[in-house]
Amino acid sequence: MPLSLLVIVTILFSLQAIRVSRLMIAALWLAGASALLSLTFYILGAYMIAVIELSVGAGLVTVLFVFAITIAGEEAGDLSSLIPKPLAMAMVILPLAIMGWYALPLTVTHMPVTEASLANMLWQQRALDVFVQVVLIFSGVLGLLGVLQEAKAPLKYPAVDEFAAKRERELQALHQQSIEKETI
Amino acid sequence: MNLTPFSITLIGVLGLLGVGLYGLMVSRNLIKIVVALQIMVKAALLGLVAAGNVSQQINLGQSLAITVLVADTVVVVVGMALAVQIRRQLGSMDVKELSSLRG
Repeated sequence: MPLSLLVIVTILFSLQAIRVSRLMIAALWLAGASALLSLTFYILGAYMIAVIELSVGAGLVTVLFVFAITIAGEEAGDLSSLIPKPLAMAMVILPLAIMGWYALPLTVTHMPVTEASLANMLWQQRALDVFVQVVLIFSGVLGLLGVLQEAKAPLKYPAVDEFAAKRERELQALHQQSIEKETI
Repeated sequence: MNLTPFSITLIGVLGLLGVGLYGLMVSRNLIKIVVALQIMVKAALLGLVAAGNVSQQINLGQSLAITVLVADTVVVVVGMALAVQIRRQLGSMDVKELSSLRG
């Protein structure tokens, strides 16, 4: 019962995150969905991922969203979708119905499995994943620099003309210097 | 109708996937698109953990989910960077405005 309730409320929170027009409110609904999802993970026995989802999914990502929305600003009004909403709904329901048709009557046969600890699994058996994560974190840091980067003022004239004018000014300065030397 | 925890979780996966897909299709704001993408990734995380739970290999499911979570966070950072820079350059985060590059 708690699991089904959690799943339903998580879906409702996610739906609200899509439905609301204000971006800041959408980010907060998403944070709520993440927090509920971490509870679901806890019930399913995935304690480590529950903690990480709560701190990263509900914490860090929400901070990033709020930060980016504060920098970029809210867009006024709700934009109409490019494709009609009933068509989008049909395009969502059809593949999900097919997936549900195949997935839901799934019967699982329990086999006795001896599983390694999470530390062993993460650092030894799936060590390559950890290296990939390091590379991903590095690209994430570069992405963050992209958020923080100040916008350069747009060029007044085409880049070629700007360069030619700068070169012309430098030549004139050199010419002026040589004239001054000759007069001395 | 008596649903097992695995069936309930699978319904949750399908529900979150549907909400995310719908959001991707109807949203025109770049940040809203990243929110929809986040919801779809949460569906994938739930699926991984549920599969680990039902196959009694929860640590395998968790280790895969951690990788997905890291990749997802990087996607958010890069998406936000793109959205902020596009807003600065074009003054809008509407994806329809981005079609100005079309030949």
